[in-house]
Amino acid sequence: MLSLGSGGGKSAKPSFVSYVTPEEINSEKDTPKEEKHPDLLPGEVVFCSASTVLKLTQDELSQRGTFGTLLCTNFRVSFISDEETGEETAPLFKNKLYGENDIPLSCVDNIYGGYEDKRKLVTGSQVKNKYPSKIIIHCKDLRVFQFALTFCKEEDAKRIFQGIVHHCLEPKSLKNIFAFSFCENTAFPGMLGNVCFTKLVHNMQQRTMMFDSAEDWAQDLKRTKGSCRLVTENANFGLSPNLPQYFIVPESVSEADMTLFQGKGLPIWCWSHHSGCALFKTSNLPLQQEDNVPQSYMEKMLTAVAHNYLYSVKTEDLSDTLPTVQDIQLSYSKFKQFFFIDSTTDFWVSDMKWFSSLDNCGWLDIIRSCLQKAMEVVECLEKENNNVLIMEDGGSDLCCVISSLAQLMLDSYYRTLQGFQSLVQKEWVAGGHNFLDRCNQLHLKDKENVSPVFLLFLECVWQLLQQYGPAFQFSETYLTVLSDSIHVPVFSTFLFNSQHHRASILRADSSHSQRGTLNCPTVWDWSVQFDCKAQQLFINPLYAEKPKLDKSMRRPHRPKHQRQLSLPSATFKTPPKKGFFKDETDSLKKILRVKRISRWMLSPDSPQPSSTSREFYEAWQRKPLDYHGLLLPCLDGPAVRIWMQRYLRWIQEVQIFGGGLVTVLSKVSDLLDEVQELQRQLDRHSSSLTSNHQRPRPRPISAETDSRLSVLLSSSFPFTTLKNNWSYKPAIPTGLLQSLMNSGNLADTEDDDQESLVRA
Amino acid sequence: FCRQCSPAMLMRRGPEKNSIFGDCIQTVFLCLFPDKDIIYICPFSGALKGKVFITNYRLYFKSSDADSAVMLNVPLGVICRVEKMGGASSRGENSYGLDITCKDMRNLRFALKQEGHSRRDIFEILFRYAFPVSHGLSLFAYLSQEKYEENGWNIYKPMEEFRRQGLPNDKWRISFINKSYELCDTYPTVLAVPYKATEEDLRKVATFRSRGRIPVLSWIHRENQAVIARCSQPLVGMSGKRNKDDERYLDLVREANGTSKLIIYDARPNVNAVANKATGGGYEGDEYQNAELIFLDIHNIHVMRESLKKLKDIVYPNVEESHWLSSLESTHWLEHIKLVLSGAIQVADKVSSGNSVVVHCSDGWDRTAQLTSLAMLMLDSHYRTLRGFQVLLEKEWISFGHKFASRIGHGDKNHADQDRSPIFVQFIDCVWQMTKQFPTAFEFNERLLLTILDHLYSCRFGTFLYNCESARDQHEVRLKTVSLWSLVNSSNDIYLNPFYTPESGRVLYPVASMRHLELWVSYYIRWNPRIRQQVGLHVGVHNVMHASTLSAY
Repeated sequence: MLSLGSGGGKSAKPSFVSYVTPEEINSEKDTPKEEKHPDLLPGEVVFCSASTVLKLTQDELSQRGTFGTLLCTNFRVSFISDEETGEETAPLFKNKLYGENDIPLSCVDNIYGGYEDKRKLVTGSQVKNKYPSKIIIHCKDLRVFQFALTFCKEEDAKRIFQGIVHHCLEPKSLKNIFAFSFCENTAFPGMLGNVCFTKLVHNMQQRTMMFDSAEDWAQDLKRTKGSCRLVTENANFGLSPNLPQYFIVPESVSEADMTLFQGKGLPIWCWSHHSGCALFKTSNLPLQQEDNVPQSYMEKMLTAVAHNYLYSVKTEDLSDTLPTVQDIQLSYSKFKQFFFIDSTTDFWVSDMKWFSSLDNCGWLDIIRSCLQKAMEVVECLEKENNNVLIMEDGGSDLCCVISSLAQLMLDSYYRTLQGFQSLVQKEWVAGGHNFLDRCNQLHLKDKENVSPVFLLFLECVWQLLQQYGPAFQFSETYLTVLSDSIHVPVFSTFLFNSQHHRASILRADSSHSQRGTLNCPTVWDWSVQFDCKAQQLFINPLYAEKPKLDKSMRRPHRPKHQRQLSLPSATFKTPPKKGFFKDETDSLKKILRVKRISRWMLSPDSPQPSSTSREFYEAWQRKPLDYHGLLLPCLDGPAVRIWMQRYLRWIQEVQIFGGGLVTVLSKVSDLLDEVQELQRQLDRHSSSLTSNHQRPRPRPISAETDSRLSVLLSSSFPFTTLKNNWSYKPAIPTGLLQSLMNSGNLADTEDDDQESLVRA
Repeated sequence: FCRQCSPAMLMRRGPEKNSIFGDCIQTVFLCLFPDKDIIYICPFSGALKGKVFITNYRLYFKSSDADSAVMLNVPLGVICRVEKMGGASSRGENSYGLDITCKDMRNLRFALKQEGHSRRDIFEILFRYAFPVSHGLSLFAYLSQEKYEENGWNIYKPMEEFRRQGLPNDKWRISFINKSYELCDTYPTVLAVPYKATEEDLRKVATFRSRGRIPVLSWIHRENQAVIARCSQPLVGMSGKRNKDDERYLDLVREANGTSKLIIYDARPNVNAVANKATGGGYEGDEYQNAELIFLDIHNIHVMRESLKKLKDIVYPNVEESHWLSSLESTHWLEHIKLVLSGAIQVADKVSSGNSVVVHCSDGWDRTAQLTSLAMLMLDSHYRTLRGFQVLLEKEWISFGHKFASRIGHGDKNHADQDRSPIFVQFIDCVWQMTKQFPTAFEFNERLLLTILDHLYSCRFGTFLYNCESARDQHEVRLKTVSLWSLVNSSNDIYLNPFYTPESGRVLYPVASMRHLELWVSYYIRWNPRIRQQVGLHVGVHNVMHASTLSAY
């Protein structure tokens, strides 16, 4: 039914085989030369295009828009305006891979066909010879595009519609994802590309740890002073393809234990608390009632975890108390709909019931429950100094969310930019989160496995960030861009289900190709998307940098682990290192183990600890806040909010012109400039007294010091800037009174004593 | 009456820091109720034993528990209602005592021993001194002897403010017709009116406007000369009376800058304006040529009062846990805020595009004051400075007769009075919403807004006392009391916004959408220790400065 670029469009061939390589298509394509092309990326080919397409502005009523050419390539849907853009000021925050009128194919969320006055969701299979007068595209980064096809040639319209639908909605093979043709044609410098930040992070030469080598794991274990065992035997996935190449387990776990259930049930080390206790995660064992092997195996593993520190272990089966991945998907799919605004009327109508709509979709509650659970884990580690083992079926969804949130709360290293990236590498990428399936990069029709788990994690991080801004080195903009990057099909980070999956794909690929192993960039190669100036916006200018104690003891990584916020421990205090109890251990071990295990086996989750964790929060809250110590989120109703920048940035009605947090940040940058300028003057002055030598000063961290810009700032900065064609007219709410009409008879009473009025 | 009072308890405080109460109100402290043992039933920390002091200004409680530092310092003016709970036969623990309802979103409960007459004594003292007006006593502002470097009463001089706006000019003149409050007893003495309107015209118009509150100029746009005029509703009545003088007068307002169509914003919902005809009021009909009437659908004082009451129910003492957002929505508080802001946006938008407007509601002292002052805040950057904001309050609220005494009920025991309404609180909330959306546009910070609201109730300053200027003159407020602005301007650095970036000429349009409006947690939920005060950005800026100095070395 689809003939790509063959010009016919009416061919009666059976369903087109989409698994063609770009080269094949390239040879068949016959797009007229005079048509406009975007600046194609290496490896990018145009599938089809149509001219005189009208891109409509957001307001349906006005029906205004721009004419131009709509194209579909193997990377994106792109609209190129006919209007001479001229030499207008280059956008400050330009993505090098795609522009404001481009939609990467994997970023397409839903396509609607507009027919007369109704619109229909396009599911792909419906596409026959008909095409709608309007294509409406909802993007995963919340943008909305409307293209009217009424002015283009029928053939063109049909072809572009079918092309877009096919490439955005039909299943494809992993090899057809743009990353593969892109990377074959590009050379990346790898992580060395991160030169932008070395200037900014001036305190130490940090890098993002990829956790694809034994060294990274050893380093993290050493940094947290953990005493577990690094396993290197799985480097070639000899133990199990379900396990990472390298990982860390409690010391007493044997190699035989690791292979018994293909890695299921094996406690994987996440992080060690300074007291000695540690956080582990595992995937649940398959339930088998008849034989006792899993049970005894589990007992053994629990003992191993308990052995890590003081024979204590707390287990938490996350599937018991947290929403499932399907719940998460369902809630998010309701939630995101609130941000796809088709018209001004829509906007103001939905404004009436805004709060209750948010409430009903439950997304904020899911965020809250994840933060709550992470806080409970933190309490076990920080207050009770218990080892914690979290588990769930696959061990790579909510385990990743909870373990990384707990680490963010406990360890300020992960709140630096490089630390955060390392955390994502450790828990999510190496930890085997099924990015490919969860993000549905292949557009599979069966959406059972699709769920925005990683986005949920970013949401939770954002909540912490907005509550404790100065504790984070990275900015809100960084998180927003990271959430967008999930759907830019270029980065290896989000393309695979596990390290084993990645290795097998890349190995297979390199055997076909002559160029050796493919070298896809990771998302952390930010220079693939942004230039250095734009990357400066990833740094939070309000970050309370940790005061350096001594410059001479500079080490490649964080020199010391945080200790300052240990709360009074309920059980034992300092870890009496091994041998202290030597004689009593056996009996103690028995008692503790039996208790824990019986609890574990009988009732996986007994008392709801919400009241005790409330105490934990309150005790912490009474202490002075240390941005480099433990952070606990406030979870009361008003404290959990909407990630405004991510969700509201494209909606014109909510742009605060000349306002928003960015005005503060730009003011801070100005002040910084001023301070540094004064410092320079001071230095110049003092050096001119001694010698003529001048030391160069580092440039300040600056959002944008151009004074012209302050006029153009809006609350959606840096994603949209005020353009000339945007009116300065304020948005005036419409249809206000409806919901208030039933305010009861009070509304009819007039303000004041009316008798006197009559007399007047 | 006051058995506890002995001469020794009459403490006279000098200028030194008051060690008991932690501030330095230089005044005569009448210690009415010396350190009695009492139990404060704190909704957050449970029952706390401690001592209570009551002076003629405040109720002070300090827990005797060494490890809990709970302390209360409540100006008596904040008290709305005092009730006894439990009787002589009450058995339950802490079931016998006092229940105090405050105007600032909290309740206080104290438990006492049933023996002796301690409850009767404390109740009587509280009742008498929390409601001095009902007992023929003076408000505390008249007893306070605080001295400040600066005299806050000088902050607003009507003529100076008119001159700043470029008035009088050839279209607008200053009239002193109301110098002894004969034209309108709730208006200020100095009025700006159309140049062409004679004093006789003003008198005629006054007969047709509710309580004589004629249309007068509040603000004029420097470039386009468009004005914001304010007034009360016309006395149209059931029979649909007309008044040629009023019609002609409004046309003079229009004419002054050549506006083709004068926009009259009636703050009320349409139906309410119609209903007002039955009581002699109404709205401008078609007989007003060259004028267009627009209703802004803002509800009346009773609706606002009930809305805030509902809000208190969901935030005090505990924040509603399940379905917080739906509960918040059901109070409609933010929806009312949205309506007020969006009305003001429309006013500001019209004026900045050169069109003169008239704003009124019923009497022109509640919704009208909200709309004109918010529109002026959007249009004129002067009002966004610390002193300019004080001028704005003095001018649009205090001098134009917002009925503070009736709305707040200073010293009045009638807690259920139908005149009470949080109109001014709602306005300050709107200002706060604007400061949130434009964090660098205001010279003052949140602390100023909190201080203003605290002293709206405290009765320590004369600023918010009485309903109008004529009453203030009669009670010699300026002579006998201290202005709140004396306090503020004598230590103004704590009220300054470090991010303030002066910028003139730009109209600030906030976004009046629920997407951006938020509950003012640090005011409405400030008594809850679980809600951490907004992490001050000041800390952030301090850190940045610190880091930058460090890195420079």
